[in-house]
Amino acid sequence: MELGPAGSGGREPGRLREGLRVYRLVAGAWIRSTMAYRASFVMTAFGNFASTALDFVAILLMFTRVDGLAGWSLPDVAFLYGLSATSFGLADLAVGSVEGLGRRVRDGTLDLLFLRPAPVLAQLAADRFALRRLGRITQGLLVLGWALAAVDVAWTPLKVLLMPVMVVSGGVIFGAVFVGGSAFQFAAQDASEVQNAFTYGGVTLLQYPPTVFARELVRGVTFVLPLAFVDWVPASYVLGRPLPLDLPAWTAFLPPLVAAVCCALAGLAWRAGVRSYRSTGS
Amino acid sequence: MVDGGTVGEGTPDGADAVNAAADGGRTAGAGAGGGFIELDRVEKVFAVRRRTGLLRSERREVRAVDALSFTVARGEMVGYIGPNGAGKSTTVKMLTGILTPSGGRLRVAGIDPARERTRLAQRIGVVFGQRTTLWWDLPLIDSYRLMHRMYRIPRARYRENLDRCVELLELGDLLDVPVRQLSLGQRMRGDIAAALLHDPEVLYLDEPTIGLDVVSKARVREFLRDLNAERGTTVLLTTHDLQDIEQVCSRVMVIDHGRLVYDGPLAGLHEAGGSERVLVVDLERELPPIEAPPARVVRVEGPRQWLAFPAAQSAAPLVARIAAEHPLVDLSVREPDIEAVIARMYAATAPVTPP
Repeated sequence: MELGPAGSGGREPGRLREGLRVYRLVAGAWIRSTMAYRASFVMTAFGNFASTALDFVAILLMFTRVDGLAGWSLPDVAFLYGLSATSFGLADLAVGSVEGLGRRVRDGTLDLLFLRPAPVLAQLAADRFALRRLGRITQGLLVLGWALAAVDVAWTPLKVLLMPVMVVSGGVIFGAVFVGGSAFQFAAQDASEVQNAFTYGGVTLLQYPPTVFARELVRGVTFVLPLAFVDWVPASYVLGRPLPLDLPAWTAFLPPLVAAVCCALAGLAWRAGVRSYRSTGS
Repeated sequence: MVDGGTVGEGTPDGADAVNAAADGGRTAGAGAGGGFIELDRVEKVFAVRRRTGLLRSERREVRAVDALSFTVARGEMVGYIGPNGAGKSTTVKMLTGILTPSGGRLRVAGIDPARERTRLAQRIGVVFGQRTTLWWDLPLIDSYRLMHRMYRIPRARYRENLDRCVELLELGDLLDVPVRQLSLGQRMRGDIAAALLHDPEVLYLDEPTIGLDVVSKARVREFLRDLNAERGTTVLLTTHDLQDIEQVCSRVMVIDHGRLVYDGPLAGLHEAGGSERVLVVDLERELPPIEAPPARVVRVEGPRQWLAFPAAQSAAPLVARIAAEHPLVDLSVREPDIEAVIARMYAATAPVTPP
């Protein structure tokens, strides 16, 4: 949310509630408008489903040539894929629109959001709320469902509980990357390509086992930009595999904490971005 | 925020004279009510980076608004004009809370816009001629419904304001049309309605008649006059169209290079700027240049002659005199170009005082 007065700490809960209220209002208007053209919605949602499904087709084709990917079987990789695609799909649906910030700064339409009595981030995230992104989520959930049926896992209550926690935390982590990356666009309006490298690049990365990649990359994705907590770390635990970078087993339960920290950092970045925009108006 | 003390530093002497002029206009316009909009030595400095080499860049400070002081009373209708890049938009952005001033004190309805943007938003309405505040792909009525709930406008109030705007701005047939399919004039009316649903105490309009046809312009101006008369809404209008000011505003402020160079009635602006209107007369045949002081012939082309006369003076006696003394076929009056008036005003070294 954007900056209030310096001493606005006490008003934060109110601002958050107001932000969510406005988000629902604006997103609701877009959903109603999308639903006015049902046929068109079905087509674009299917298009979204099909185009994102091609990623999985690529993995399937790969497995017609090999039996395993760095020791991971097809169901294992499908498990990663399903988690990563579903988490990302949720984030993209909820806050994917913030990507358009740079364009709005350039054409001056960002200013209009400052004129309304509502947090700018909420307005921006809900703008052009694209229900068609359900296509990617559906696709991710289907692959995840198949993977759950096919993987060889000794299920414990803890592992079952970890499943929804992973998906939601993963969505929140990706959402924080979207918001944090967009905040960077306040400074560099053409940085959306860089942001795409972390969001779309991240989701693709996480669809493959960590053992495929160089240790330095895995380290970066674990400790610097903690995307590894979307699926690599907790999924390795569920599948009974050694955790990447020989992390201890308890780190598999860190995703909610990592998500919270990511949100806090993204929030700070967003505030800094808004503050610099309001002082420079670039 | 910078305090008032440091702001004054480095202000050339001329600025005080200009501010004094502004104060004169203020007392004339504000009456006893005090300021609804108050600016005291407000300034906005941008740091502009220009790339000078592959990796090197040069940092330069641009003073978009410089020690700007003025007061607008509740219910005033003020025209805010100046050439492109004079600081008009920057001022409006600071008044609406989009931009934080670099220095000085600024209050709208007692609220500091930079600190309490959302509280202020409930009390102001903004219309940008070039950009819409409506949701582009949604039907017009959906934007209004969103405003209704976003601004928490009581239902009865919303209905009443919407019905009134729909009637006066003739929006009835447009409510179900997506905003992107509206013509410029329709969209502008739609935008004005959207800015008024929550009963703002002040309405900022940035080029509200740009690109509109004559009928649409007249309709917008009439609506603004009625709004002010009935609701007492304060109006601040930036424009390039002198007629907007003439027909809507009782007061005009001219800004150039981030400073107020004139504040007073429109007629005074022409006097202060020493501007001239031009009377174009078509005679029956080619004749020697007409002599009708104080008008002077500035151009002759066959039977057509151009006569310049002071803008503050009525054209009627001049026309009557020429019609009586010469075989007149047709005539027209050209209004002075506002840019030219302001350019001349800025070129004048002496500070300008309103009459």
